Amino acid sequence: MTDTPAKRIRVRYSVSGKVRFLSHRDVARVTERAIRRAGVPVAYTQGYSPRPKMQYGLALSTGYESTGEYIDIYLDPEREGMVDPVEIAVALDACMPRGLDVLAASLVDSTEGSLQDSVESTGWEVQVAADDPAATELPGRVEALMGADHHEIEIVRKGKPVREDLRPLVFDLVLKVPASAGGDGGAEPLLLMAELGTKPRSIRPSELLGALGVSEPVKVRRTHQWTNRDGNRGEPLGLEVPSQRTELCAI
Amino acid sequence: MAAPREPIFDRLEPLLNRVQRPARYIGCEVGAVEPDWSKCVEVDPDTGQVSDTAAVRWLLAYPDTYEIGQPNQGLQILFEILNERPDALAERTYAPWVDLESEMRDAGVPLFSIDTHRPADAFHLLAFNLSAELTYTNLLNMVDLAGVPVRSADRSAEHPLVIAGGHCTYNPEPLADFLDAVVMGDGEEAVADITEVVGSWLAAGALDREQLLRELSSIEGVYVPAAYEVTYTGASMAGDIEVVDTVEPRWPEAPEVVAKRTITDLAEWPYPRSQMVPLTEVVHDRLNVEVFRGCTRGCRFCQAGMITRPVRERPAEQVAQMVTEGLARTGYDEVALTSLSTADFSGVAQVVEEIVESDTEGRLSVSLPSLRVDAFGVEIAAQVQKGRRTGLTFAPEAGTWRMRQVINKLIREEDLYGAVESAYSQGWRRVKLYFLTGLPTETDEDTLGIARMAENCVTIGRRHIKNPSVTVSVGGFVPKPFTPFQWFGQNTEEELHRKISLLRDALRKNRNVAFKWHDTRASVIEGAFSRGDRRLGPVIESAWRNGAVFQEWSERFSLQTWLDAFEAAGLGVEQLAYRHREESETLPWEHIDAGLHKDFLWQDWQDALEEVGLPDCRWTPCYDCGACTGWGVEHVVASAVPPAGGSQGTGQDLDTGGLLPEVVAVPVELGVRA
Repeated sequence: MTDTPAKRIRVRYSVSGKVRFLSHRDVARVTERAIRRAGVPVAYTQGYSPRPKMQYGLALSTGYESTGEYIDIYLDPEREGMVDPVEIAVALDACMPRGLDVLAASLVDSTEGSLQDSVESTGWEVQVAADDPAATELPGRVEALMGADHHEIEIVRKGKPVREDLRPLVFDLVLKVPASAGGDGGAEPLLLMAELGTKPRSIRPSELLGALGVSEPVKVRRTHQWTNRDGNRGEPLGLEVPSQRTELCAI
Repeated sequence: MAAPREPIFDRLEPLLNRVQRPARYIGCEVGAVEPDWSKCVEVDPDTGQVSDTAAVRWLLAYPDTYEIGQPNQGLQILFEILNERPDALAERTYAPWVDLESEMRDAGVPLFSIDTHRPADAFHLLAFNLSAELTYTNLLNMVDLAGVPVRSADRSAEHPLVIAGGHCTYNPEPLADFLDAVVMGDGEEAVADITEVVGSWLAAGALDREQLLRELSSIEGVYVPAAYEVTYTGASMAGDIEVVDTVEPRWPEAPEVVAKRTITDLAEWPYPRSQMVPLTEVVHDRLNVEVFRGCTRGCRFCQAGMITRPVRERPAEQVAQMVTEGLARTGYDEVALTSLSTADFSGVAQVVEEIVESDTEGRLSVSLPSLRVDAFGVEIAAQVQKGRRTGLTFAPEAGTWRMRQVINKLIREEDLYGAVESAYSQGWRRVKLYFLTGLPTETDEDTLGIARMAENCVTIGRRHIKNPSVTVSVGGFVPKPFTPFQWFGQNTEEELHRKISLLRDALRKNRNVAFKWHDTRASVIEGAFSRGDRRLGPVIESAWRNGAVFQEWSERFSLQTWLDAFEAAGLGVEQLAYRHREESETLPWEHIDAGLHKDFLWQDWQDALEEVGLPDCRWTPCYDCGACTGWGVEHVVASAVPPAGGSQGTGQDLDTGGLLPEVVAVPVELGVRA
C-alpha cells in the first residue's frame, strides 16, 4: 500500500470497422489485455479478485462506431515503467486490435470528476439509406420533432412499458439531405446529426430513430461526448492533446 | 473449382445488426495470422498466363459456435501450419447460430470465413474438426450453407472437397455419405500431403473428381469412404440383426486398412506459435500450451487415451518458453498446461516452478486440467494457486474400488481421500467430483458408492471448514470405438435414468452435496453414432432436414426428431447402442487402424470383466497394445521413473485399493441405503 496517489491517464480512442460489433464488456476485456501486453504499469484493485484499475465512460451500444470514446487508466506509482501519456498512448495503440485506435492521452487532475459523471451530452452522426422507407418523410419529421415541446415515446422499464418525454433530451437535431437523394439504391445516404442529453438518463440513438420511424440505419457513429465545466462546454479530452497518431487526429 | 472471390463483409454487415452476439462473426483476433491471398495468383513468366490456383485454399471449420470452436487447438495449429506454406492458405469458419443462419438464408448470404469474410466457395477444401457426435447435423448444415451438395456422390469438380479429422472420425462410417476424405490421427503432416495432391490436381486443370479422390486415398492416414464397398450380413430370419460383414477397397490406390498418422517428436511442432486472442468471450479463454500427447494410464472407457498413444512429451524447456513468450504476446493472465493427464508430465514440477517464479506480480493463474487424484496432484495445485482457492476438481469416475478396477482407473480410496483432505486443509472450499454411470458390470452398490464417496468428502471437509461443498457430476457412459469397452452394450436410457434417480435420492438429504447429471437422452443418440455404420447416413440427413441442429445444446436437443429418423431408416437404438457386440463380429471401423491391436483390446475387455487392473505401461513392461511397435516409436518421456508420489497403480500396493483410510472417520451412517 502506498500514500502516493495513483496517476490517472485519460485515453481517447475510436471504434470503427468490424470491431464495432464488440460489446462494451468485450472492449473492456480487450483493453485490459492490451494494457498488459503494452506493459503499462496499471494499478490493480484490491480484494479477492484484483482487476486492472480502469474506469469507462458511457457504454457504446454494440454495432455503433465512435470517434469519441474514453477510458481512465490508473497507474501504480510503485510499479516501474512508462508514465508519459503520449508514450502510453503509442504503446497501447500498438497493442489494440485494428479498429480500436488510440487517438490521444493525457494526465488527468485528481480533482476531475469521473467520465460517467462529467459527460452531459453526446454527439451522433447517423446515416440513413436514401431508399429507407422513412427517407422521404424524414425532413418533415425532424422539423416537427424540433418544433414540438414534447414528444412522448414508449420504453420498457423493469419489464413494464412506460411513456417518457424524449424532446427535452434532444438538444440538437439537423438533417443533411444530399443533392443526389432520390430514392434509388445507389444514392448517397441522408445524414442525421444529433446531440442527445445524458442526464437524468442517456437517450439512445435507437430511441430517437424510433421516434423518426427509422428502423435500420446504415451506420451510427458517436462523434463527441460533451462536458460542462463551469458553464464551458468541452470534451473530456480534446484531440488537440499531443498524440503520435496525427493522421487519426485529423478526423 | 473455386475462383478467387472477394470478401462479402458488406453483405453480411446489415445482418449482423439484427443478431445476438455479432462479435462472434468478425474474427479480428489479436495475433491471428492474416492469410495472404496474393499467394493464389501466379503469372507464368514465359507465356504471361495468369493462374489463380497457385495456393490450395483451406477453410477450416468447427461445427459449433465460435465460442466453443475458437479455442480449439487442433484447428489453430493447422491454421498456422497451412498459412506458413507458400502453396497453401487457410481461413476459419464456425457454425452460425440459428438467428444468423435464418438471416443468411433469407438474404442469400453463403457460409463465410471469419478471417477475411470470403464465401465458402472461394476455397478448395472445407475441413471439419469433429469432436462430438451430436455436431454431425451441424456439419451437414454448414456444407449446405456453403452451397455444396451435402452428399459426396452429388458433388462435382467445381465443388470444394469436404473432409474431416478429430477424435470422432475414428469411426467415420456414419458420415461416409457426406465426407470426401477423412484424416486419421495427427494432422500436422497429413495436411501437407493433402495440399500437394490437391495442388497438383488443380494445376492439371481440376478435371476428374474421382481421380482426385483416388490419389487422396493413397496418402498415408487418409481415408476416402467412397473407395470402400461395405457388405452386410443380411437377415436370414425374422428378428436377425444385420451387421457389417465385409469392407473392401474398390480402387487399387486405397489400402485395405487405413492407419492413423502419428507425429513422433512434439518438439518439432511448437504450435500454435502465435495463439490468437479472441476479442469476445469464448470457452477456455486463456493461453493453452500442450505439454504432451497420448496417455497410457489405460482407463478403459477413455477413447482419447487409447487412440492418441504413444505418449509424446514436449521438452520441459520448450514448454516453459512457450508459456513465457505466449503470456507476453497475448496479455493473458491465465495459462493451461494441456494434455490428457497433466500431473503425469515428467517435467511438471520444473515447469510449474519456473512459471510461478516468473510471475513477479502474483496475478497469473495456472490451470491444470485433469488433476491427478492424490495428494501430489493437490500439492501442484497449491503451488500454482497461491491466492484464490475456490474449487478443485477430481475425476475418480467410479464409486467403488471394484468398479475402478473394471474401468482401470486405479485410484485407491486412500488416494482420493488423501487428496480431498489435502485440499480442504489447504484452504479450498469446494471439491467437484466427476463420475460415470452405466459402466460394464456396474451394480447398484457401485452406483451408490458415488454417494458414499461424496458424503465421506463432506465429512473430511467438516474437519477443516464449516461448510464444505461437494459437487457430484455424473455422465452416462457411452462406449467408444478402439477401447476395450467397444463390445459393451450401452445401458438403456431407462436404466441410466434409474441409476441417476437412485443417486439423486441418496444425496438429496445432504445439504453440502450438489448433484448434476448429463442428459441421458443425449447419451443414447451419442451411443448410436459412436459405434454406428454407414446405414446411419440417411438418419443424420433426415434429422438435419427436420431442423435438428446444435444438438449439443440442451435447449435445442430433440430426441423425437432422432427417433423418427431412426424409424424411417428401419434402425433402432436397441441395435445400435444397447446391443453387446460379439467377438466374431466385424466392427464397422475395422478397416481403420488406430494403433491398437484388436486382440489386445479384447484381452483388456476380458481383464475388465475379471476386475483386473493394468498399471501404466510407461513404467512397467509393455503389454503390446500395438501403438508403439506398429509405428516404430517409443514413448517419449523425459523421466524413466514415475512422477513423485507414485502414479495411479504404478508401484503401489493395489491390494489396499478398497480400504478406507483413517482420514475418513468410520461413519455412523454411510448414507448408503439398500
